[in-house]
Amino acid sequence: MTIQFNDETFRDDFTFRNSPEAIKRFPFPFHEDSYMYSVNLEPHVALKRPGSPFEFAFDVDEHYVSEMADRAKVLADDPLRCQSLPHMTLAGWDLVEYIMEAKARDYPDLFELHKDGDRWRWINKPLGIDDTFTFLDESTLPYGPMEYITRQTQGDFALLDQRDDNLWMDAGMVTTQADWSLDFDIGMNFFEWHAPVPKAHEMGIFVRALKFLLNLQQGAPVRRLNWTMTVNPLLDTSPENYHKWGEMKSKLTMDNIGEKQHLRVELQTLFRLPRSNAICFPIRCYLCSFNDLVSVPKWGRRLHRVIRDLPEELAEYKGFIANRPLMIEWLSQYDDGAPTSDGIFPDE
Amino acid sequence: MSKTEFPPSITSRPVYGELEVRPGKHHLMIADAEGAEAILGLASSAPADLWAQTHIIYIPKSTGETYTGDLRALNPAQMYVGPSYEAAKQRIEDTFAKAHMGLQVYLTGTEGLMGQAMAAAIAAGIPHTAIQTEHRGSTARRMQCVHCKGITEDVTTDPFVCSHCGLNLFVRDHYSRRLAAFQGVCIDAEDPGNVPPQVEVFK
Repeated sequence: MTIQFNDETFRDDFTFRNSPEAIKRFPFPFHEDSYMYSVNLEPHVALKRPGSPFEFAFDVDEHYVSEMADRAKVLADDPLRCQSLPHMTLAGWDLVEYIMEAKARDYPDLFELHKDGDRWRWINKPLGIDDTFTFLDESTLPYGPMEYITRQTQGDFALLDQRDDNLWMDAGMVTTQADWSLDFDIGMNFFEWHAPVPKAHEMGIFVRALKFLLNLQQGAPVRRLNWTMTVNPLLDTSPENYHKWGEMKSKLTMDNIGEKQHLRVELQTLFRLPRSNAICFPIRCYLCSFNDLVSVPKWGRRLHRVIRDLPEELAEYKGFIANRPLMIEWLSQYDDGAPTSDGIFPDE
Repeated sequence: MSKTEFPPSITSRPVYGELEVRPGKHHLMIADAEGAEAILGLASSAPADLWAQTHIIYIPKSTGETYTGDLRALNPAQMYVGPSYEAAKQRIEDTFAKAHMGLQVYLTGTEGLMGQAMAAAIAAGIPHTAIQTEHRGSTARRMQCVHCKGITEDVTTDPFVCSHCGLNLFVRDHYSRRLAAFQGVCIDAEDPGNVPPQVEVFK
């Protein structure tokens, strides 16, 4: 496969666009006409849909090169978006190996990994990188291992240490987050970092999810989709910069909402790492404008019903309660009341 | 004064208990303001030789001289009275660094004091099973501004003004043990200038 990489921005002039192919493969998160929390984990295995974002361990798409340029800018402004507590270096090396092997296997025309004992040569053609280094020797890389590889991989990453029957967020690369702060949350356990999420604690969601994750096995990764709303295709919706981007949320009108309002979907995957026994937790962000979403009739109908019927607390927590009436009014134009088919994919 | 009853809270907030005398070779008690009452409360059940093995670090804050005389009357082996946690920080870290096996740690007073001392103790390798906490006095919060990262001590209102960058922040109910602080987030980001009146929510 050959990918045509977009030259686009996720800030200022917001030139980000999805091609028609990107719209068709967008991971629409609603498999039915309503939404509530669940422990919606499933095996992260390839579906029989070539080209879907679920095809490979780490999806590389047309936004890759521009997303990595945006990440570099975020890190230059705020290096605290990438942190690793001292005991997490080995997990960082696990991640280097996992990603390099997966990308070289799944995208052989874009990435190459050549191993000669501990001397590894890594070629990343889209980013123009050709580095030779010694595996497990930090002094041979320009950054720490986790930072090195996640500057070259789309999505945020959290590395979770496992001890005392809990998971601890002890390292991360977080530049495209839905309003949470790595700098604040680093070092927290599973229940602590989920503390601000409404309802789910009372529903027992986190107890069940943690029990499942503590038993996650090597070679058996899992995934789930999560979602929120973002005005303009802004990747860096960090709390750190909220005082700069928050005002954009109050600029929506019936005329511009189709273009500006984006459904923000997180493809969350979880991999057990072999040496450190840590869990790698990538959170990959996909953005799609309302205009592009309603070009798929099933999605237009369903999105209207989900947003209309969503419990108040969830709309509040996801940060779009003020814009919800406008969203419903605009989306209702694309809902003729017809039934929708099961599952997330567009009708053929 | 009885120990503080907090309303049901989030899972990232520590749960505080009640101090009790535990067997140990040395005892380090760190307190601020009304936390002195919890230390004085130990006296009734303390074995006679406890205070001769005890180091008290006390930050009176607004209570001034109210408790210092009674604390001194316990005759601790060492006693320090200082003007602020910041001022006492080096001494506290030094004490943890030089601690031996068998040290018992007692933290009492405001959340800010206990949180900072707890973080220093854990960083020095003191086992958490050797640390007790009891909340006393003000429920004021120590807040980190998520935007500039500056810490504002003893916040009693919501919203409040960041003492470093000047943004108007609301108090998010999310606590970091590493920072020993709650999170403050800009309240008028979506509608600059629209700041609701301050309400005293912590006393």
